[in-house]
Amino acid sequence: MPYRFTVNSRPVHVDAEADKPLLWVLREDLGLPGTKFGCGAGLCGACTVLIDGQAMRACQTPVRDAAGHAVITIEGVAALPAGRKLRDAWEAIDVPQCGYCQAGQIMSAAGLLAVSPQPDDGTIDGAMSGNICRCASYLRIRRAIRMAAGLPDVTGDAA
Amino acid sequence: MSAALPPLDRRGFLVAGCTAGAVLTFDAAMALAETPAAETTINAFIRIDAANRFTIGAKNPEIGQGMRTTLPMLIAEELDIGWDQLTIEPTLADDRIFGRQYAGGSTATPTNWLPMRQVGAAARQMILAAAAAEWGVSPDSLTTAKGVVRHGASGRQAPYAAFSRRVATIAAPDPGKVPLKQPAQFTIIGKPVTGVDTPAIARGKPLFGIDTELPGMLHAAVIKCPTHGGILAGHDATGALRQPGVAAVVPICSGQGPAGKPDALAVVARSWWTANKARALVVPKWDNAAQRGHSTAGYASAAAARLAGAPESDLYRSGDVAAALAGAAHVVEADYAYPFLAHGTLEPQNCTALWQDGKLEVWAPTQNPGEGRASTAAMLGIPPEALIIHMTRIGGGFGRRLMNDYMVMAGQVAKAMPGRPVKLLFDRTDDLRHDYYRPAGWHKFKAGLSASGELVALSDHFVTFGAGGRPVRAAEMGKYEFPAAVVPNCHYGVSMLPTNLSTGWLRAPMSNALAFVFQSFLDEVAEAAGQDLPTLMRRLLGEPRELPAEPGRPVLHTGRARGVIDAVCELAGWTGRPGSPGSGRGRGFGFYFSHRGYFAEVVDVTMTDPTTVRVDKVWAVGDIGSQVINPLHARHQVQGAVIEGIGQALAGQKVEQVDGEVRLENFHEFPLIRIDGAPREIAVSFVQSDYPPTGLGEPSLPPVIPALANAVHAATGRRLRNLPLSLTA
Repeated sequence: MPYRFTVNSRPVHVDAEADKPLLWVLREDLGLPGTKFGCGAGLCGACTVLIDGQAMRACQTPVRDAAGHAVITIEGVAALPAGRKLRDAWEAIDVPQCGYCQAGQIMSAAGLLAVSPQPDDGTIDGAMSGNICRCASYLRIRRAIRMAAGLPDVTGDAA
Repeated sequence: MSAALPPLDRRGFLVAGCTAGAVLTFDAAMALAETPAAETTINAFIRIDAANRFTIGAKNPEIGQGMRTTLPMLIAEELDIGWDQLTIEPTLADDRIFGRQYAGGSTATPTNWLPMRQVGAAARQMILAAAAAEWGVSPDSLTTAKGVVRHGASGRQAPYAAFSRRVATIAAPDPGKVPLKQPAQFTIIGKPVTGVDTPAIARGKPLFGIDTELPGMLHAAVIKCPTHGGILAGHDATGALRQPGVAAVVPICSGQGPAGKPDALAVVARSWWTANKARALVVPKWDNAAQRGHSTAGYASAAAARLAGAPESDLYRSGDVAAALAGAAHVVEADYAYPFLAHGTLEPQNCTALWQDGKLEVWAPTQNPGEGRASTAAMLGIPPEALIIHMTRIGGGFGRRLMNDYMVMAGQVAKAMPGRPVKLLFDRTDDLRHDYYRPAGWHKFKAGLSASGELVALSDHFVTFGAGGRPVRAAEMGKYEFPAAVVPNCHYGVSMLPTNLSTGWLRAPMSNALAFVFQSFLDEVAEAAGQDLPTLMRRLLGEPRELPAEPGRPVLHTGRARGVIDAVCELAGWTGRPGSPGSGRGRGFGFYFSHRGYFAEVVDVTMTDPTTVRVDKVWAVGDIGSQVINPLHARHQVQGAVIEGIGQALAGQKVEQVDGEVRLENFHEFPLIRIDGAPREIAVSFVQSDYPPTGLGEPSLPPVIPALANAVHAATGRRLRNLPLSLTA
């Protein structure tokens, strides 16, 4: 089936089975491997993208549901002001360890800052609890989100 | 991961790190993947271009432990260039050129600390020789900094690149004889350096095994026998092969079953999604009756029966434990247990392979490419040299990818599809069900205390898994497990149960479980003696000295152990036995020595309700020798390991078996710790000691688990002796 939507503000046209998840359409049909496969069940957040500005799990979104919508992936998130700030913060404090989950983390954080530009600690943990970091870079994920939001720096390192 | 290291002398470093004679060479075949025409290869690890930019080869797999950054730091330091002057590339996997390429056992730092520096220092010496010849001066009259050679007397200076043509005519020095910098001269080592791939990660660039993309590539999904050890008895692939895009269904061996008997099917298709869906249309028949009797419940009752009797064999025996227990003023007894664990790397197991003209080219997220080469070559019946292995970045290792089942399987599928690259990918269920699990274990402890509170007797009956008197992989305990050597009457005995499950190394293997049982039980002993655990540990450790160790195994130095214990108590403001049952707040302590690293940790918890633990803060102090190479990544490693350990204790992780099968489906059944379970603060500090630098991937994990269990005891009065910790039972 043919489907049309936008990815990172560019119109795309794909011919795919209706139930093929957006995750695999991005990775296999559109050559955008930044969105990661972790669980295929909406449990780890590695595949998080923005659909019409909202953080969604691409593994749980059949391509037919993406049709007609605006999809932003890690490859394009820096075009959003918050996305750029998140990327800068992620790099500045070197959030990743293995790095596999980090695209999903940044996309969930972008979804968070879109609705809550200055989130408190509980809001950050709540919004990010759908994203697993197996290396447990969580202290830096919290810190980078605070930095991107312009909140006072809290490292989590203090003795 | 438990492989013994060579002795830590200069010769050992050389042999371990770089194949003799191959350290410095101009053979382009030995260079980084390929040397562009405009660049000069100085040795197998270093290229320089006309603009005086350097390409440094990173030889070890990168699993998030930072070695793709750390090892090039060592080369760049001694080459004496600026960190902003270089680009880092992974080398090919070829231990004939690069020495052992391995991400396990926290071995990369101790085995590469000198060899990688020597690689850089030898290249610098060659550049100096070339400059000296060019300028007609003595090499001793030259200095370097940031990739520039200077002649002080004349004020002359030139970038390294100016000598690259002449360098090619300079004989490579003996790397063991090149002078190295003194620590005071370091400009890169010891400075915080961010990860070399971080910008690419933050931009979603393809880096990982799963991102491998090749022209004409096919995709494979796997159907594996649901019981480890079972085999394929037959299959009907008609339905799957009728699906558009499905190319083949190929019987393969995972290596987990008996040799030569396929135990899996690979469904090969134009896309992974198509292959994945077509799996449901394949009808496999398994021969696995022999494995059906294995179950978690069966293991538990068999273990209980063994613990009720005498151990099958002795591991360690000193003095007369029975007499000492009979004469003890207090006897403390407790049974501990821990479950099988999966690794749950976030990037599922995968490998891409291309079979062409009797050779196999592989793109693999493997921690252990050398073993992958050997076992894949053996499975395919080709010489090991017929494999080319590209090391991709790895989306989490934790020991899972020390095994190479995915490479062995991808190789077989590729061989069945000659000329077409094939990417084989597990889904999450495959990954959880076909892991090499951390083995479960059971311990029955007895300790005897004298009237003055000395630990005079200790016995442990350890029930583990094994056959024929040999433990399965990662199920062993060392005979000198602390505190054997410092207790006058001590007996460790072992009994073994059979299992069909494949087992393997999980970050800090053995230690991640033994730290929990020993440091928790010693906390009970300390309590019975009216002490706290740091006090008991100091008394047990005694004067600074080396304790006995098995040949080739790391030696515990009591002074170094004491150093981190004292430092963490100081850092956390430890003031004796903390917390009071019923207060809802508690503090616990744990120490462990593993992988040559010493760590002592303190955990503060609050009970948010009677059965829910919140970890508030953790203090971790380590001794990993004279130099922390990259303090930024060192802190990240420790913080990550601490949170992982908290997850093993509190997230509810366990792998269970019914009728021989692991039936886990996804992360809802094997929960990993999430951000809301992470403490808000983890303080990390290092004690510098006069020993060679050692690794950090593992040793900070084990002590947090008993420290947490001991903190829960302090807060609630309840002693939790089983992992995962549960207050609802």
